[in-house]
Amino acid sequence: MAKRFSFSTAVMVLGLVFLYLPMLIMVIYSFNESRLVTVWGGFSTKWYLELLRDEQLLAAIWMSLRIAFMSATMAVVLGTLAAFVMVRFGRFRGHTLFGGMITAPLVMPEVITGLSLLLLFVSMGQMIGFPTDRGMTTVWIAHTTFCTAYVAVVVNARLREMDISIEEAAMDLGAPPVKVFFVIILPIILPALLSGWLLAFTLSLDDLVIASFVSGPGSTTLPMVVFSSVRLGVSPKINALATLIILTVSLFVFIAWWFARRVEQRAQQQLDPPEQPAGASG
Amino acid sequence: MGVHGVTTAVLDFEAELKAAAGKTLISIQNVSKAFGEAVAVRDFCLNIEKGEIFALLGGSGCGKSTLLRMLAGFEEPTSGAILLEGEDVSGITPHRRPFNMMFQSYALFPHMTVAGNIAFGLKQESLPKREIEQRVDELLALVHMEPYRNRKPHQLSGGQRQRVALARSLAKRPQLLLLDEPMGALDKKLRSQMQLEVVDILKQVGVTCVMVTHDQEEAMTMADRIGIMNQGELVQVGTPHDIYEYPNSRYTAEFVGSVNLFEGRVEQEEPDAVLIRSPQLQQLIHVDHGITGPGHQQVAVALRPEKVLLSKVRPEKAYNWAAGTIADIAYMGGHSVYHVQLDSGMRVLAVRSNIERREVRYRLHDPVFIQWNADSGVVLE
Repeated sequence: MAKRFSFSTAVMVLGLVFLYLPMLIMVIYSFNESRLVTVWGGFSTKWYLELLRDEQLLAAIWMSLRIAFMSATMAVVLGTLAAFVMVRFGRFRGHTLFGGMITAPLVMPEVITGLSLLLLFVSMGQMIGFPTDRGMTTVWIAHTTFCTAYVAVVVNARLREMDISIEEAAMDLGAPPVKVFFVIILPIILPALLSGWLLAFTLSLDDLVIASFVSGPGSTTLPMVVFSSVRLGVSPKINALATLIILTVSLFVFIAWWFARRVEQRAQQQLDPPEQPAGASG
Repeated sequence: MGVHGVTTAVLDFEAELKAAAGKTLISIQNVSKAFGEAVAVRDFCLNIEKGEIFALLGGSGCGKSTLLRMLAGFEEPTSGAILLEGEDVSGITPHRRPFNMMFQSYALFPHMTVAGNIAFGLKQESLPKREIEQRVDELLALVHMEPYRNRKPHQLSGGQRQRVALARSLAKRPQLLLLDEPMGALDKKLRSQMQLEVVDILKQVGVTCVMVTHDQEEAMTMADRIGIMNQGELVQVGTPHDIYEYPNSRYTAEFVGSVNLFEGRVEQEEPDAVLIRSPQLQQLIHVDHGITGPGHQQVAVALRPEKVLLSKVRPEKAYNWAAGTIADIAYMGGHSVYHVQLDSGMRVLAVRSNIERREVRYRLHDPVFIQWNADSGVVLE
């Protein structure tokens, strides 16, 4: 490098500092001895131990993870169906309306979504007796509703760029339509399904507003616990919890990157075979 | 011609008729296809013979791809029928038709290996595994792709992908192979090499083949017979030679190769010759074949550029020549195209092979004479 401090490097460093300094400070303060979040009182890991002893918090984490897993899975199924109908079933009556309605939850304020779902659940409970009370099921349904929109958008984009003649080729070679979907289309759009699932999982894990509306006693999610405890004054336990979450996420990202790199390397090795037959070099 | 000659001719005719009846594989009968108001294919009739390579040639939007998709079963004809050895195939879904297609984009399954792609069609028939393996090996050998059997499509070059696509479409031994712009995704140099190779493979397998292309060079190189399509209708069917040398319409003459068209009126008709006066030429045009129709009708004479001869001395004959100057020269290496501006203002193309290496016989703005033989021109309505 000729110049050590170019303008672009400086901007990049500034950007990284802006993004990650708050998290770094939080990680450092999670090892704070002091009860006060903003005053450094020496190194300690006691808040991590406190965290492990906090039954309510652990229950909320478990609840959130279960809801996120189920919502994401359900959203992938529904979102894929919706995207498939939009892209492959041609211009049926109400096509544009359907497309617009699918993506509406993306721009709908969460307060409105939450409130309207609450009203729906209450009146449904009175009229048909389901859901009897609000709890995990209602949060699950609510999260599925808005996560489906995100998955539909992601899968829609992937389906659109997929060459339709690949499906036709499979049919032409004797595969009935249902088999074409499971053997050809599904494997090709799998990366989109995975990223849709991860997106839905994260959104569900993160959601506070909608969950506050539709959850009931005994179905408190992690964001709700964190938010309510912060209102009473930030406990260093929250710092410890956040640090653990960051650690988990980083670990996942690293593993994903490592796998992707290995696949790429293997592909690269296959690309350089020693012998090249004459006439087939094309 | 004596009595003997007549008998032989009748016998020949009968034999031909018999052979033709047994040879027709696909019969397309009065097929039309409309998408709403727009008619893509109009009252289309064609017989495809067993073992031939037939090319549908036409510009974009002429309906050739729609016809191919109707053969494959992706579209149903609005009216008319497609018969396979006398049996109507309409209503048979693509996955049950004994026809296979090679797509323009090749449409290889990106998540399967080369061998997996080729085996896909065979697996749908639930054949025993050993048999599938054996057939895949055969096909890999046929297209010279054995070393690549475990590669994924994205690790192959364009030419290799085409080989795999061809092998995949041949795997089920289809009664009819459909090729959609088979060379469309290849660069020019590879194209001419693959054209001959694909034809070799198709002839080796002996499969009947209908291909669709907008590239006349491709159609002429690969096909036994060519059908020229325009606006959903079949304009002319014939061997590449017939199509090029004896076009039956202005559309064919102008679409296949380049052509000089002289507009004119019939001046004098004889049993096996005709004289035509064109305002674009000072001399009459003499064509040595008779035409039918009312006298003095408006016609056009098509003349291929390579049949136009250049000379520096004034031709002695009374017909088929004109004076002009060279207005443009396109040097192509092997041959040059001379644009000769006639005194009437018309531009005539003349192609001349560059046989001599050093000599440049004709230069820009040189006065020259063009001439052609009486059997070179074709009279069109």
